[in-house]
Amino acid sequence: MEFTRKNRQLLSRIATNDRHGENSPYFDGWKAYDSNPFHPIHNPDGVIQMGLAENPLCFDLSEKWIRENPDASICTAEGLNKFKDIAIYQDYHGLREFREAVAKFMGRVGGNRVTFDPNRIVMSGGATGANETAIFCLADPGDAFLVPSPYYAGFARDLRWRTGVEIVPVHCRSSNNFRITRAALEEAYEKAQRSNINIKGIIITNPSNPLGTVLDKETLRSLVSFVTDKKIHLVSDEIYAATVFSSPRFISVAEVMQDMDCNRDLIHIVYSLSKDMGFPGFRVGIVYSFNDDVTNCARKMSSFGLVSSQTQFLLASMLSDDEFVGNFLRESSKRLAKRHHVFTKGLEEVGISTIKSNAGLFFWMDMRPLLKEQTTKAETELWRVIINKVKLNVSPGSSFNCSEPGWFRVCFANMDDKTVEVALDRIREFVLQGKEENNHEADKSQARAQPWRKQNLRLSFSSSRLYDESLMSPHMISPHSPIPHSPLVRART
Amino acid sequence: WLAKNPEAVGCKRDGQSIFRELALFQDYHGLPAFKKALVDFMAEIRGNKVSFEPNNIVLTAGATSANETLMFCLAEHGDAFLLPTPYYPGFDRDLKWRTGVQIVPIHCTSSNCFRITASAIEEAYQQAQKKNLTVKGILITNPSNPLGTTMTRPELNLLINFITDKQIHLISDEIYSGTVFNSPSFISIMEALKDMNMEKNNRVHIVYSLSKDLGLPGFRVGAIYSNDPTVVSAAVKMSSFGLVSSQTQYLLSVMLSDKKFRNHYIVKNQNRLLKRQRKLVSGLEKSGIRCLESNAGLFCWVDMRHLLSSDTFEAEMELWERIIYDVKLNISPGSSCHCNEPGWFRVCFANMSEDALELAMQRLKSFVGSIKKHNHQESEKLRKESHIGKWIFRLSFQSFNEQDQR
Repeated sequence: MEFTRKNRQLLSRIATNDRHGENSPYFDGWKAYDSNPFHPIHNPDGVIQMGLAENPLCFDLSEKWIRENPDASICTAEGLNKFKDIAIYQDYHGLREFREAVAKFMGRVGGNRVTFDPNRIVMSGGATGANETAIFCLADPGDAFLVPSPYYAGFARDLRWRTGVEIVPVHCRSSNNFRITRAALEEAYEKAQRSNINIKGIIITNPSNPLGTVLDKETLRSLVSFVTDKKIHLVSDEIYAATVFSSPRFISVAEVMQDMDCNRDLIHIVYSLSKDMGFPGFRVGIVYSFNDDVTNCARKMSSFGLVSSQTQFLLASMLSDDEFVGNFLRESSKRLAKRHHVFTKGLEEVGISTIKSNAGLFFWMDMRPLLKEQTTKAETELWRVIINKVKLNVSPGSSFNCSEPGWFRVCFANMDDKTVEVALDRIREFVLQGKEENNHEADKSQARAQPWRKQNLRLSFSSSRLYDESLMSPHMISPHSPIPHSPLVRART
Repeated sequence: WLAKNPEAVGCKRDGQSIFRELALFQDYHGLPAFKKALVDFMAEIRGNKVSFEPNNIVLTAGATSANETLMFCLAEHGDAFLLPTPYYPGFDRDLKWRTGVQIVPIHCTSSNCFRITASAIEEAYQQAQKKNLTVKGILITNPSNPLGTTMTRPELNLLINFITDKQIHLISDEIYSGTVFNSPSFISIMEALKDMNMEKNNRVHIVYSLSKDLGLPGFRVGAIYSNDPTVVSAAVKMSSFGLVSSQTQYLLSVMLSDKKFRNHYIVKNQNRLLKRQRKLVSGLEKSGIRCLESNAGLFCWVDMRHLLSSDTFEAEMELWERIIYDVKLNISPGSSCHCNEPGWFRVCFANMSEDALELAMQRLKSFVGSIKKHNHQESEKLRKESHIGKWIFRLSFQSFNEQDQR
C-alpha cells in the first residue's frame, strides 16, 4: 500500500490509473491465447485467436506488388538514390505524393463519389493516434463525446485516457438491429445536459466495429443534421470502409454532406490503412477535417505521431498504382465475403444467429439463448467457458459496452482456411454437446423451460472453477500481440 | 551499407519474404531484435561504460513523442519541470502543449560558459514555489542543444544530488550523444549514476532518438529508457499513440545489429562533424565572431553580442532579421531558446554541403564588414555634426565593440 501511494505521488494520475482500459476482460482473452496459442501442428488444442480484427487475406497481392516495384523501397538498389532525401524528410505536412495517394485511395474506397483534398490529409500514429488527436482538438478535460454502443473497446483509452474527456454511450438495441436513432441521440444528449455534462460531439464507426454493418444514408443525414442543430462535432471513424464485401455499399459522411445544408466545420473523418490494407504495423493513421482550424491544429499535433517517411514513400507508390488498387479492393471484398459466408453458414447450421452484416473483419454473434440468465455475469461465465473449454478467443459484448448481455464479436479474417474449419468444428461440438445435456435435463425438469430458449441451448457447467486464476494476473503483453510462432518475436516480458 | 545488404532490407530473411509479418506487427513492445540492437548502439556510444536492458526501452515516434509521453507519466496538468536555459524551442510544445505542464527556467549565463550551478537550480526551484507550482523534475539535454557542449561530471552529480534530495525526477535527453566529436568525452547520466552506485535509480529517465546520431529524422525513431517498471508500463501503453513503423524497425534492427557498421559509422560521423565544426568556427573567427567552445552537436552557439546596437532583445531581433533577409542565412536567435542574454545565436553546420558553408561564411564576413564600415561612417558623421566636440560624444559603436570582445 505504502509503495502504491508513494508511486502515485511520484508518477502522474494518468500513469497510475486504469483509464488505458487494458485491464478490461477484452484483453483477458488475449492473455489466454498468448499462453496457449493454437497451431495446426505444434499445438492443435490451443486457443484459436478470434478476437483480433486483422486482415491478412490479400497479402499475396501486396507482396507481389512489392516484388515487382523495387524502386518503391528506399533500401533496394533501385530505390537507394532516394534514401537520403526520404530519411531526412520530417515535415509534418507529409510527402505530397503520399497525401495525394491516400486522398485518391479514400475516394476510391468511397466509390469515387467524393473527392478528398490532399491538403486536408493529416498524419497520425494509426487510427489510435488519429482519434486521440481529434479529441484533443475538439474537447477539453471534463467534456464528453456521445458514442453509440456497442463500440470498439480501445475507445476507452483513445478518447479518454490522456485527454481527460468522457464517453457517454448511446445504447443501441437488437430490437432494431442496433440502429442509431435520432430519438436515442436526443435522449442521451438531453440526459447529459441535465447532468451538467458538456457534450462536444459524437464519434461513430462506419462500418461499425463490432457490428460489421454500414450506416445508411438516412442515418448519416440524421447524424449530420443532429450535430448541426446542436452545434457539436461529428467524428466518423471510417477505418473499415474498404472491408465492405456485399451490399449495401459504403457511404462516407463526406458523401452525405455534399448535398446537405450543414455546418462543414463540425465534420471530421478518421481513417487508417490498418484494416483495409492489412498494414497495422505501418502505423498509418489519417485525420481528415473539413474545418481549417482543426486541420491546422491536428497537423501540428501530428509531430507526436508522424508516419515514417520510409513508409510514406512506399505507400505513395503503392496506392497510386490504379490497377493494383482496383484489383486489391475487388479481391479483398471477394475473399472477405467468402470467409464471412463460410462462418455464418456454419453457425446457422447449429442454430447460432448473427447480426446481418456486410462489412468488417468480424461478425456479431447472438449467444443469448445459451445464457443461464440475461446478465453480464452470465455472459462473462459463458465467455470463460468459450475461452477455456471451447478454446476460442472471442470478445464478449460487455467489453464493447453493449447494453444487452449475450452478444460476442468473432473475428474471421485473421486465420487460414484450415483454422476456420477447426474453429467451426469446435463451435458445432460445443453447441451440440450443450443440446444433448439440455435434453437430458429437460427430461428431468420441464418446469424450468423459458420462452426465449427456443432451441433449448442452455449451457451446463460441469466444473465450478471456470477459469484459471493465473490468467487473471496482469501480464505485460500488448493488446495486439503478433502470432506467437512468428520468428520476429522471441523475447517475452 | 544498404547497397551491400539488399536481402536484409528487401523485407527478406533467408530468401523468404517477411513482409506479411512486418505489416501485421503492431505489438507496442516493439521488435525484440530492434530493441536489442538499439540498446547495444546506445551502450557503444557511451564507450560501453554502461549497459541497457532491452525491456526497459519504450519505442516512440521520435524524441518529440518520448518527451511528451514522459510528461504525461510524471506530471499532472499544472505541475512544472525545471529546464536549464538556453533550451531547444520545441520543448515549449513537446513538454507543455497537450500536457498542461509548465517549464520553469534554470538560468545559465555566459559568465561561466552557461554551466549549471547549484544556486541557479535553487533559484529556479524557489521561483516555482513562489508561483505555487509543484516541481516534478528537471529535464536536461546532454549534449546540449543549443550550446553544443557536454555536461561536466560536477554538473551531473549536482543534478543527481538535487533530485534525490527533493525526490523528483531527472530526464536526460541524450539525443545528441553520438555527435560528440571532441574531448571532453561524453558522460551519460547512467555513467554518473553508476559511479555514485545509483545505477538502478528509478527517478532518472533517458530520452533518445536516431534523428541526430544517424541522421534519420524522417523515420521517427525515439525511445524512453527507464528503470522504473511503472513508468515503462505506462509509457509503453501510451506509445500506442505513436509507434515506430514495423518496416522501419526491421530495417534498423538489421542495420544496427551490424557491429562493424555501427563502430565505423560512429567514428566516421564524429570525424566529419569535427571537421565541419572547425570550418564554421574558423570561418566565424575571420569575421571577428566567437563561439562558445563546443565538442558536440550539429551547431555552434555563436556570440554576436558585439554586433547588437544595444544590449536588448529588440536589438537581437533587429540583427536576426537583417541576417535572415539581408545576409540570407537562417540561424536561430537565442531568445527563441529562452536565453536570458541577448546576442547569442545557434548556427548549424552539418546540414549543408561544404561549399554552402563556405558561402555562408563569406556572406557573414561581408555583412560584419559592412556593419563596421557603417558604424565608422556614422561615428565620423556624428563627430562632425557635434557642436560641442569629441569629449561629450558618446562612445562610438566601434569602441563599444572593442570593449565587448573579452
